[in-house]
Amino acid sequence: MDIFKWLNSQLLRMDWLHGLVKVLVEDVFKLPTSKQLGASVHFFIYDVIKIFILLSVLIFVISWIQSYFPPERTKRILGNMTGLKAKLMGALLGTITPFCSCSSIPLFIGFTNAGLPIGVTFAFLISSPLVDLASVILLASIFNWPIAIAYVITGIVLAVIGGVIISKAKMEQYIEGFVLKNKMATIEPEKLSNQERSRFALDQVEDVFKRVWPYVLIGVGIGALIHNWIPETFITGMIGKNHWWSVLVATLLGVPMYADIFGTLPIAEALVNKGVGLGTALAFMMSVTALSLPSLIMLKKVIKTPLLVLFTGIVTAGIIIIGYLFNTFDYLFI
Amino acid sequence: MEVKILGTGCPKCKKLTEVTEQAAKELGIEISIEKVTDLEKILSYSVMSTPALVVNGVVKVAGRIPSHDDLKKMLV
Repeated sequence: MDIFKWLNSQLLRMDWLHGLVKVLVEDVFKLPTSKQLGASVHFFIYDVIKIFILLSVLIFVISWIQSYFPPERTKRILGNMTGLKAKLMGALLGTITPFCSCSSIPLFIGFTNAGLPIGVTFAFLISSPLVDLASVILLASIFNWPIAIAYVITGIVLAVIGGVIISKAKMEQYIEGFVLKNKMATIEPEKLSNQERSRFALDQVEDVFKRVWPYVLIGVGIGALIHNWIPETFITGMIGKNHWWSVLVATLLGVPMYADIFGTLPIAEALVNKGVGLGTALAFMMSVTALSLPSLIMLKKVIKTPLLVLFTGIVTAGIIIIGYLFNTFDYLFI
Repeated sequence: MEVKILGTGCPKCKKLTEVTEQAAKELGIEISIEKVTDLEKILSYSVMSTPALVVNGVVKVAGRIPSHDDLKKMLV
């Protein structure tokens, strides 16, 4: 138990880094961390370094796992299942697949073209950006393990329920014709050597890093601002615990925004520290990562408006419900 | 030689284009690179993960950037 505690505080929360940055800020920059400016600088440096370290390690590990599940294989696994089990599997496989909406569209086409039920494909499509192993570990690092685990479970439940509703709604007619027109040939997934897997994983790290670093800097910057400069009364006045509309506002603000989970987490962290409900902060984070204008525009190329509206509606409603649930039961987690 | 890079404009597609051009230069062969970004056309190659490299109509690799040496073999 003590070893676990130590691993958790040193590897995950990086207490050593917290101390190190404190020394840097106080002794080198001569800014006391008990004051506003010093505290913001400390928050910024510590969070940026921590997120970048975790991000690199996690993306590498996940990409390695992902190299065992090329889309062809995922398609075959899902094709052999039916009903709720298939949707659950779709949601679970979604947690170890792409980080970028630009790669989920070819996947959507491939799955649909191969005749996978629309509900299964959407379960996959909802869970894929929302829940991935990296976000879980980061949540555990910034908040704690119970919150991280509850986040995964609710995310997967949302994906499965979304898949069920979409399959019940009989939306097949709203898939663009070309997706189904020409049957794709079945390509055997290639066998990769360990060297090729590590190259793939390193490429992924580089790719994700290049794409998300500005969002991380902006996210941590906003977090530092909220943390130390914006008065608590201002924030709680808008989205505080005692307002019924907080979750609603946070979700609707987050939907059109495009950022990465790595950039949104520090904002959520700062919000919770300022007395915003845990559910409100998580709802904001989920809506930023699960839905965004660029990804909806991509999706529009392969599905027609009614299905797009239903998809957006289900995910938004689900996030709002999850937000209220977390706010109601937050005493279990903090 | 006719080379196509399939991809919807992700950073990796650009990288694959660059390394392919370089490999061709080192091999001293003339290639024409066409970037295919249209989803329907990508679909016609049965590719589910991008970027993908198509040489003379044959999909050589999909979903990852091959190593320099492998890439040279694919172009020969």
